[in-house]
Amino acid sequence: MKRWIAFSNIFIKDMRTYYLKPPNISWGIIFPLAWTGMFFIRSGSGLESVLELLPGVVTIAILFGTTSLLSVTITFERRSRSFERLLLAPISLDLLMLAKTSGAILFGIINAFVPIAIAAFLADLSGIAWSLVVPAIILISIVSTFLGLFISVSVSEVFEAQTFSNFFRFPMIFLCGLFFPILSLPVFVRPLSYILPVTYGVDILHGAVNGEHIMSFTLDFLILCAFCIVLFVLSLLNIKRKWIA
Amino acid sequence: MLTGLARLDAGNIKISGIDCTRNPKAAQHLIGIVPDESNLYPELSGFDNLCFCAALYGIRKSEREKRARTLLDTFGLADAANRKFAIYSKGMKRKLTFAAGIIHQPPILFLDEPTTGIDVASARQVRQIIADLHSKGTTIFLTTHYIEEAERLCERIAFIVNGRIVQTDRTANLLQPVRGKHVIIFSVSNSVDGLTEDMASAFPSYKFQSVASNQISIESMEPVNVGPLVRFLEERKIQVTEARRHVPSLEDVFVQVTGIEAELMRKEKEKAGSVGNQ
Repeated sequence: MKRWIAFSNIFIKDMRTYYLKPPNISWGIIFPLAWTGMFFIRSGSGLESVLELLPGVVTIAILFGTTSLLSVTITFERRSRSFERLLLAPISLDLLMLAKTSGAILFGIINAFVPIAIAAFLADLSGIAWSLVVPAIILISIVSTFLGLFISVSVSEVFEAQTFSNFFRFPMIFLCGLFFPILSLPVFVRPLSYILPVTYGVDILHGAVNGEHIMSFTLDFLILCAFCIVLFVLSLLNIKRKWIA
Repeated sequence: MLTGLARLDAGNIKISGIDCTRNPKAAQHLIGIVPDESNLYPELSGFDNLCFCAALYGIRKSEREKRARTLLDTFGLADAANRKFAIYSKGMKRKLTFAAGIIHQPPILFLDEPTTGIDVASARQVRQIIADLHSKGTTIFLTTHYIEEAERLCERIAFIVNGRIVQTDRTANLLQPVRGKHVIIFSVSNSVDGLTEDMASAFPSYKFQSVASNQISIESMEPVNVGPLVRFLEERKIQVTEARRHVPSLEDVFVQVTGIEAELMRKEKEKAGSVGNQ
């Protein structure tokens, strides 16, 4: 019970202090809108391309929303030493980091449904396999958040967190099959796609929305789960190694 | 190390019978920490900051709100309870940080420079709260550069120089060597270079020391007879402009034990870090 009180209060505090602030809410709406518009215009086709673009836009909304906020908030709290207060609380490090990341995960999930809501006005979404989309969105949010966590515990300044995040995020837009199929990439680039976790989430979304996927859903889910565990464990090890003198 | 933010190089740690050597988290519920810098959340109000800190220790909502209100009253911050921490003055920030460190009523409390950088009234209030907590049975580890604060508040003191304890004892025992000592400081018109040796030959029962370019300290275990000393100096055309009694304190003990000169120690007080005492 005591641990639940600590967990829920860290989560609520982060939601109030960081994620539900007007600038972040507007970021969550404007950013997916801008990307949808950009790719929609670039495709040069009609409203039928909305469903083709949707998996990519959903993923990009999650990826940028979670990594931006989490890496900045954790780095900021470390700089102001308020993170020390959390480390001194009688809760285990894994529970503490789960509490810190749960706000970003929820923010990512909410972000994902912004482009879906927009798409609902432009296209027929009745053919979408929601039983695959929802768990895929949750897992993409978790893996992106843990990627943000991994980044934030590897740097010490807020600007470093942003630079390091971009180092991962922008290549992912082009390498993970968000808007360009992986099979259309040069052969020597493709191995890079398969070492990036988002590839597997996007594959599920493409399969669930358009019926086109290159791996089995089971394999995609398993690999996403494995990435979540590895990134979380690596982050915890980094915290223990770097933040405890 | 005791708080769990640093690893042990050697030895083991037991807090209230709990072995924390391998698991520093095991006794963290017994510990309260007030760091030297205010590290609360600027976006939250004073009240919300305290409630959040209490929640980290698993305290239920009604109880944490009650404790937060009581502490805001105790620290004189009730009027600022709903203001954001970011706009608090430095003294208010220090006081709220102190309140956050004790909201879970820890039996062991670590205080790092609790009165540094705050106004006189706030510092007095903080010292009174420390004394009250101690009288109620809280074990307090106080780190401070203000030796007089340690002398006033602590039962046991450790002098730390360059990260190592050079002496530790009860305050009364540490003060024993200087207790009963009579010290008079003369301020004189001329430089006192070489004068102390002449005075020592003339008055062998006293110990003379030059403490500044025109100041001499005279030490004795008996009351100092000032008249002959003044006449001795006047015969040498040296005017005594001031004579004052110096009551030996823990600062003198610190200088004696560590070999750090009083002047250097005063400079050290200004910059946090290398020398501390508990």
